[in-house]
Amino acid sequence: MRLMAEAIFSSLRRKSDPLPGFRLALFSTLLWIGLIVVLPITALVVRPWQEGLGAMTAALHDGRMFAALEVSFLTAFLAALINVPIGLLLTWTLVRVKLPGRRIVDALIDLPFAIPTAVTGITLATLYGPQGWLGKPLAHLGITVAYSTAGIVVALIFVGLPFIVRSVEPVLRDLPPELEEAAGLLGATSWQTVRRVVLPTMLPATVTGFGLAFARGIGEYGSVIFIAGNQPFRTEIAPLLVVVRLQEFDYAGATSIAFVLLAASSLCLAGVALLRRRVARGLITGID
Amino acid sequence: MSVRIEDLVRRAPGNHDRILLDQVTVDIPDGAFVALVGPSGAGKTTLLRAIAGLDPFDTGRIVIDDRNTNDLSARERNVGFVFQNYALFRHMTVAKNISFGLDVLPGSQRPAKSEIDRRVKELLDLIQLPDLGSSYPQRLSGGQRQRVALARALATRPKHLLLDEPFGALDPVVRRTVRQWLRSLHDQLGLTTILVTHDQEEALDVADRLVVMQDGRIVQDDGAEALENRPATPFVMEFLGETLSFPGRITGGMFLPELPHVAPFPVAGIADGPAAALIRPHEIRLTPEAGGAPVQRAGSRYGLSKLAVDLGDRIVDILVPASEAVPASGVKLHIAAARLFRDDRLLEPTHEARVAAA
Repeated sequence: MRLMAEAIFSSLRRKSDPLPGFRLALFSTLLWIGLIVVLPITALVVRPWQEGLGAMTAALHDGRMFAALEVSFLTAFLAALINVPIGLLLTWTLVRVKLPGRRIVDALIDLPFAIPTAVTGITLATLYGPQGWLGKPLAHLGITVAYSTAGIVVALIFVGLPFIVRSVEPVLRDLPPELEEAAGLLGATSWQTVRRVVLPTMLPATVTGFGLAFARGIGEYGSVIFIAGNQPFRTEIAPLLVVVRLQEFDYAGATSIAFVLLAASSLCLAGVALLRRRVARGLITGID
Repeated sequence: MSVRIEDLVRRAPGNHDRILLDQVTVDIPDGAFVALVGPSGAGKTTLLRAIAGLDPFDTGRIVIDDRNTNDLSARERNVGFVFQNYALFRHMTVAKNISFGLDVLPGSQRPAKSEIDRRVKELLDLIQLPDLGSSYPQRLSGGQRQRVALARALATRPKHLLLDEPFGALDPVVRRTVRQWLRSLHDQLGLTTILVTHDQEEALDVADRLVVMQDGRIVQDDGAEALENRPATPFVMEFLGETLSFPGRITGGMFLPELPHVAPFPVAGIADGPAAALIRPHEIRLTPEAGGAPVQRAGSRYGLSKLAVDLGDRIVDILVPASEAVPASGVKLHIAAARLFRDDRLLEPTHEARVAAA
């Protein structure tokens, strides 16, 4: 034990470290990660079990919770998926087409980051509501967006778009023009160049953006609840159910749902990370 | 399989007063290995990219294989092109990079899968990297990437190979091997090769002919020997190697240097007037002379001794055989091997003078 402690301390006390402020950096990183990430998550993981296994068992038998989780994950996945082509196209235009006013478009893209989510929710609900600018003509066509799953997807598309654009944009901007020229010189058509050279190069960043949009979608609350209708088993999202349980003073139930949500999200993000590793072969140092 | 460039003019986009290519005319016959050389900004890469169809130009013609290519896009020209940064596709294996040009052919022209595999293997053998087909480019060294880029450019069997500073990022030893290998490849495949480089030594080493460019214009287009013996301008002489310049006058068939301790020498058939004698440091001869220019040893190069000769208002470094003794009393410089220039043009003896000398 003492030997181990000594080994750890001597490794921390390395004199000739090439990185300046190595110890400072290490300690501040650990401290912040601990305080901001690990501590709350630990609390979340521990809390449901404090009142025995009952709360968790009850939660795991609750059909409403599983329905809410399904709605959350499905809509988040769909929205992130729809955002991929839209985001790629938007990024392409932003980087490659020298449109007048593209600075304004550029600024507009970040707006979903900046607007309070509740404001987004109310705006969308008004827009897509039965009397809204878009809701009314759509209703004539027999399409209901507000107070349905489609409404949730629309809201999540709105908040998720900047993640794709901002993830892919730097990669596309840094893409050496010679790559496309080389493809052209080798006889590739523009479409072949995009499909075989440009898109694969942007794929890891796209997957990252997808993962971020997806994660945001699972956790999104404010912008969704106004447009979702929030009917249990149909359009109720998991974060809302957590709030409902809290309002019923069922803290154990709320944290149980939160725990399941956390576990499921972690699994999904691990899946995204794995996918990213797969598509990044040859593109990112250290992966091949 | 020739490349002919006629009166090519290109102005800078957005600034029409800046001329990037000024009436460039070059004729590159079938099987030639030509190097475009010149300092940075001379227009070499601009010219090369115009030939490949990557950059537009304002007026003139580029004729490849007797076909005017002005209306052909880059992909229709079938020229092999190697970029300075290689531009390998990082997400593809080496084999996939090489087969790219074949993979994108329309179905009717594309060879069978087995045929493509065979061709890739053949090219991997050609570039002497038979085992690296399944590696990703980022695992390769600079020299290996360079060769993969070359194999990729050759996969569709183009007859013309354009290379833009292909050795720039390689270390000196690898550079020398790769360029010798490139030359043998050129001969073996019967290619017509155009190489852009700012390294004159490299160009002299590998190319049959050098096209020296300066400020968007071609200053001289000649073989190595002609460039050395009859450089068109002082710039060409200076660009191709270390040069010493001695200003002076030609009077009555003699060149009279302005500097002391430099011997006058006879020149035939050149009109009187001011002139500058340009000479390589190793072409200068020394004779001992009491009260001549003081000399000091200043190191050695290529097995020759470097001597610093003090001519009063400046010190010149010259190269002499290591065995030569350094006269303590001083020296006189003999520069009869110099090329003479007036108004930035080479002065050549008239035909009559040359006949008389013979």
